[in-house]
Amino acid sequence: MQFSALSLAYNALTGHRHWKPTWRDAAPKDAYDIVIIGGGHGLAASYYLAKEFGFRNIAVLDKGWIGGGNIGRNTTIVRSNYLLPGNIPFYELSMKLWEKLEDDLNYNTMVSQRGVLNLFHSDAQRDAYARRGNAMRLEGVDAQLLHREEVRAMAPFLNFDNGRFPIQGGLLQKRGGTVRHDAVAWGYARAASDLGVDVVQNCEVTGFRIDNGKVEGVETSRGFIRAGKVAVAVAGNSSRVMSLAGMRLPIETHVLQAFVSEGLKPAIPGVITFGAGHFYISQSDKGGLVFGGDIDGYNSYAQRGNLPVIEDVCEGGMAVMPMLGRARLLRGWGGLMDMSMDGSPIIDRTPIDGLYLNAGWCYGGFKATPASGFCFAHLLATGTPHPTAEAYRLDRFETGHLIDEKGVGAQPNLH
Amino acid sequence: MSPQPNRRATGGLIDRSVSLNFSFDGKQYGGFAGDTLASALVANGVTLVGRSFKYHRPRGFLTAGSEEPNGLVELRTGARREPNTKATTVELYNGLAAMSQNRWPSLAFDIQSINNWFSPLLGAGFYYKTFMWPGFLWEKLYEPLIRRSAGLGRLSMESDPDSYEKVHAFCDVLVIGGGAAGLMAALAAGRSGARVILCDEDFRFGGRLLSERTEIDGTPCAEWAANVVAELDGLPNVTLLPSTTVFGVYDGGTYGAIEKVSDHLETPGPGQPRQRLWKIVAKRSVLAAGAIERPIVFGGNDTPGVMLASAVRTYVNRYAANPGKRAVVFTSSDDGWRTIADLAAAGIEIAAVVDPRLQVAPSLGDIAKRAHAPVFLGARLREANGGHALASLSIIGADNRERQVRADLLAVANGSNPNIGLTNHYGHRPVWNEEISAFVADVLLPGMSVAGAAAGRFALADILRTGADAGAKAAEDTGFSATMPPVPATTADPVSATPLWHVDKSRGKAFVDFQNDVTAKDVALAAQEGFRAIEHLKRYTTLGMATDQGKTSSVTGLAIMAELTGRSIPVTGVTIARPPHVPVAIGAFAGIHTGPHFKPTRLTSGHRWAEENGASFVEAGQWLRPQWFSRPGEMDWLETVNREVLAVRNGVGICDVSTLGKIDIQGPDAGILLDRVYINMFSTLAVGRARYGMMLREDGFAMDDGTTARFSETRYVMSTTTANAAKAMSHLEFARQVLWPELDVQTVSITEQWAQYAVAGPNARKLLQNLFGLAIDLSPEAFPYMGVAEFEFGGTTVRLFRLSFSGELAYEVAVPAHYGDALIRRLMAAGAEFGVTPYGTEALSVMRIEKGHVAGNELNGQTTAGDLGFGRMMSKKKDFIGRTLAARPGLVDPERPVFVGFKPVDPSRRLRAGAHFLGLGKAATTANDEGYMTSVAYSPNLGHWIGLGLIKHGPERLGERVRAYDPIRNGDVEVEICSPVFVDPEGARLQHV
Ligand SMILES: Cc1cc2nc3c(=O)[nH]c(=O)nc-3n(C[C@H](O)[C@H](O)[C@H](O)COP(=O)(O)OP(=O)(O)OC[C@H]3O[C@@H](n4cnc5c(N)ncnc54)[C@H](O)[C@@H]3O)c2cc1C
Repeated sequence: MQFSALSLAYNALTGHRHWKPTWRDAAPKDAYDIVIIGGGHGLAASYYLAKEFGFRNIAVLDKGWIGGGNIGRNTTIVRSNYLLPGNIPFYELSMKLWEKLEDDLNYNTMVSQRGVLNLFHSDAQRDAYARRGNAMRLEGVDAQLLHREEVRAMAPFLNFDNGRFPIQGGLLQKRGGTVRHDAVAWGYARAASDLGVDVVQNCEVTGFRIDNGKVEGVETSRGFIRAGKVAVAVAGNSSRVMSLAGMRLPIETHVLQAFVSEGLKPAIPGVITFGAGHFYISQSDKGGLVFGGDIDGYNSYAQRGNLPVIEDVCEGGMAVMPMLGRARLLRGWGGLMDMSMDGSPIIDRTPIDGLYLNAGWCYGGFKATPASGFCFAHLLATGTPHPTAEAYRLDRFETGHLIDEKGVGAQPNLH
Repeated sequence: MSPQPNRRATGGLIDRSVSLNFSFDGKQYGGFAGDTLASALVANGVTLVGRSFKYHRPRGFLTAGSEEPNGLVELRTGARREPNTKATTVELYNGLAAMSQNRWPSLAFDIQSINNWFSPLLGAGFYYKTFMWPGFLWEKLYEPLIRRSAGLGRLSMESDPDSYEKVHAFCDVLVIGGGAAGLMAALAAGRSGARVILCDEDFRFGGRLLSERTEIDGTPCAEWAANVVAELDGLPNVTLLPSTTVFGVYDGGTYGAIEKVSDHLETPGPGQPRQRLWKIVAKRSVLAAGAIERPIVFGGNDTPGVMLASAVRTYVNRYAANPGKRAVVFTSSDDGWRTIADLAAAGIEIAAVVDPRLQVAPSLGDIAKRAHAPVFLGARLREANGGHALASLSIIGADNRERQVRADLLAVANGSNPNIGLTNHYGHRPVWNEEISAFVADVLLPGMSVAGAAAGRFALADILRTGADAGAKAAEDTGFSATMPPVPATTADPVSATPLWHVDKSRGKAFVDFQNDVTAKDVALAAQEGFRAIEHLKRYTTLGMATDQGKTSSVTGLAIMAELTGRSIPVTGVTIARPPHVPVAIGAFAGIHTGPHFKPTRLTSGHRWAEENGASFVEAGQWLRPQWFSRPGEMDWLETVNREVLAVRNGVGICDVSTLGKIDIQGPDAGILLDRVYINMFSTLAVGRARYGMMLREDGFAMDDGTTARFSETRYVMSTTTANAAKAMSHLEFARQVLWPELDVQTVSITEQWAQYAVAGPNARKLLQNLFGLAIDLSPEAFPYMGVAEFEFGGTTVRLFRLSFSGELAYEVAVPAHYGDALIRRLMAAGAEFGVTPYGTEALSVMRIEKGHVAGNELNGQTTAGDLGFGRMMSKKKDFIGRTLAARPGLVDPERPVFVGFKPVDPSRRLRAGAHFLGLGKAATTANDEGYMTSVAYSPNLGHWIGLGLIKHGPERLGERVRAYDPIRNGDVEVEICSPVFVDPEGARLQHV
């Protein structure tokens, strides 16, 4: 059923008896043209495969419930304020797709462009942000460099002279903001399912059938599924899943925590990041302050983090927003980050015929969801990379065409 | 003070001799020491305490503890305002001020309660289906409206004036919860001599024993608890932490706990923190956190006056506060029947006892008989009526007849959920126990055991016994010999329960999650729309995501989902509780690391001297460095910096360079280690000489640069940039310990052990000669450029380096750090006759840009040695870290931007770092982007701005003009590509004699 204010009113009057399941809880068929593993970016990929490229015989498999991976565990920040030419056009494509996503999916994913503000505290940081802002402008992306007083007008509650690292100004991307993460998963699942895609939950891939260097299908907890092509988009589980196909990836898995406070009346307008510590924050429509910081720093597949990082994040928070002292942290959680060697993702074919990889999103892959799905679909359907994702090659670590935004090198826990 | 109409004259654990005044919504009330804010409000007959999140329904207290969903207030005023504070957990103090929240204009009359009428539109997930058209109205209209009406309390938006502390503690046995089980556990472990920490979230130990009227060993149970606490208090190995909630279990047996130190005071005492964060490393722990009673979902079950039966007993017994005059008890558990006797004893009339079970133990019937309470078995409540306060209830009897009963209080009991959130913190899901109809811990965390009601034991005798067992076992596991304390005698009350999750065909809104306004209908809608996985239910309806973290709602919600989908509860699944177990103030996690203490401030030993001499300081990482030294009359920083630069180039200046990293490298293989970390050779460096070196990361990109000096065959001293001091140190340690453990070499950071000053300018030698006299021969022959020496002077060791960052005749003088202050004063005195000028980092930077030296802006982690003009320095004779990967095609691509200088075509124009380079006349697109400006400075020697940067084919394009494109600062400057060395390209000044 089409969603709108009207259909809502009609259903309200008729006791909500007519709503259908948001997506079909499909049972896996024996064979598909394309099997996508992972119900995050994979859902978006399936949707674009169906909508843009006319595929119908596709399945998305997830080992758990839809949205249970990072797509439903992140701090919901979307932006395209990247520095390097390999990244900017891709994330800007994503931003453009976000901007029309609700229309596209007929689902309110609450794309909220309230702005992303990165604070700077030194001349060197200012110059680095200027370099980035100019790079964005060259690509036609909106960016503004704000003086301290302009920042104050936007966010008077910040501690400008915080006793340690005074705020000098900020880089603002007004079109950045937040998106309701669960709704993205559900909206894509619904739209894909409506186009005939089988969204299969509780179906874990346990192996690949590979014959003569060509993938034949996947072994799953619900039996063997034959596939013309297999596309892997399992984020923090990438190394584990690809090892089932005998591949080692330039990826390490780390834990990133995020936190939410109790519900509060509106206090923080958009997304704000602290430049002299690792801390970022926004406020959800429900009123919770959503915030996070660094990854925990050690390799782990446990979806939980530890106290030192919580303390570090809260210290950063108190440094810029000492008003947070009496707000209470309500919940914290951890997600598995597929940290790549240069901090940028991979969307590419693999040496195994018919096996495709989408991975290495580190902790910035939520904002990429639409473009990642779109470009992955393009690659799967046409066999060639989408022009905005050409740099995301698997062999770039061998050739040295790295996309290292932070310049920290091949140390995944620093990206 | 107004009388407390609902307070009984005797009984309870309150101190009537200590009266306390407080206000709620501006109205004054009185209470007693020992009250909570909630109990004092109950005693004063206040039943309406809050408004719900979505429908703004009037709400009263449901519970008496930290699981409270309704009674949230803004506590205190001004900067100390604490939104969303559960009144049930606030220890009353004199002068307490609380306000209700999420209502306008007042609690009694809240305009947004009209949402209640629109509720058919506002069901679960309604917002996903609408507000989509037209798109731009989302940010402009819909979202601001939603945001304004969402949220609960208000932040003060002012800095938190209070302080927080952190404690690290270690113990053998941590006991979590000081009720019957916890007290027995602490006693058993404490008597064995084990180090015990006992925490309870309440300000008084005893747990449920404080709220019940049963006897233990012939004494009232609260008194028994007090006696045990007294004994524990006397044991030196036992630490009692009341008002302390264990909120999380982390890796390695670390428990996080939050202690309310002065939350029971109007303001903390002098030097007293508000709260203390405990990080307790415990070898063993006993979870004895009790159980939380469950509500029953039926129409109007959120009407003020509907309470959990256990809460009713707490108010009545512990606080001698009667929450009503005429009560109904609606219970599916034997435990609920206990309430009848307590109500009767408190003089509250019992209008009805309603139990859906057809049969109950005869002893229960006797309780009702003694209280003259009409009993309805096989019955249920269909609806609670009343707006701001409960007025009546409709009972459907076993005969299906509906009766109206007048009542202002309803006590609901539906069995209890063991309080086992902490056992989930490593990701283990609890399992359903059919016998007690509740989830219990399955896989236990390493070292943790569970006792009492938390373990699903609801009979007091079992609770006491399992507590003692667990305490004794934990002590024994940590090497103590424990004797089980005798389990005291108790009465054997029946404890069975047959939960009734949801009253079918009830009338009106039936709430599952009170705070988030999730009704039984919402759960049904979620099921209908396919959100049947328990995590989907939670996310789609927001069930269990409120500030009470689902303590009274999660299990009920999933039980209803199980019924609706015809699955069993275990098949339906269960969510995992995540830390923190209760919400914890962000300030407490930050502790003392706020304001100036956010990060340590590192000061050089010459800091005081610099302060005395008018330095302005700048943060360089954690260091503070003099940025410049203004003089009276100077208009701005640029004037000052120009003066400092010219003073160095024409006379002599001194700059504190102590913050640069210094690493002492010793051992026969020191030279080999350096050869492997630097791209150039160091093993061949002569003793008494220094050399510039560059090191790469493993991946072939430039990491850091600096000079390394050789003081003997086996000893080198390396200098690194300030920013990379720690990184370079760990790089060396990694190389030495992990890559080549066979090398005989040791490294140690001596950054903070040595103070170091640069003395630069044509008069530098004269100045040093003045100071050192005959202690060292500074003639160019004896001490040439790049020479180093170590000698004794004034009773200490001095290291002298003839290095130059400024391009002038220059030296760096180093002494042990505690002589740093003396050194700068002596240097200044020695230079007085030459007009010596102290200079800061800004002048330092101007001069290094004039000389084309790379620094942090160029060593940004994205550049190669080749990019920076050091390609030829990469030795071909040896292997070094990064060599192989630096040869990858992407790193040697001739299209990579390369390091050169830039000057404005119009000399009056200012340059800015971060500008990108575009060919003249080329469109501003990424495709035409040729590189970027890394560093700029105003050169007082040249009289115009100069810049350094990276541009494609730079060195082949000297003299060519390009555009420095800087739209972000509205700048667009035509620049000419030039050599990066702007001053003294021949290097003649270095050799000044
Ligand atoms: C705490 C946190 C905060 C974050 N904040 C942000 C942010 O603010 N902005 C941003 O842009 N990004 C953020 N991210 C990153 C972002 O969430 C991820 O990069 C992104 O969601 C990854 O997308 P995905 O679809 O590839 O992964 P997922 O959503 O994790 O999808 C992968 C799916 O694969 C499934 N799977 C795994 N193995 C198998 C198997 N063998 N068989 C079948 N299925 C399998 C998993 O169950 C999972 O559902 C954050 C991440 C975290 C954890």
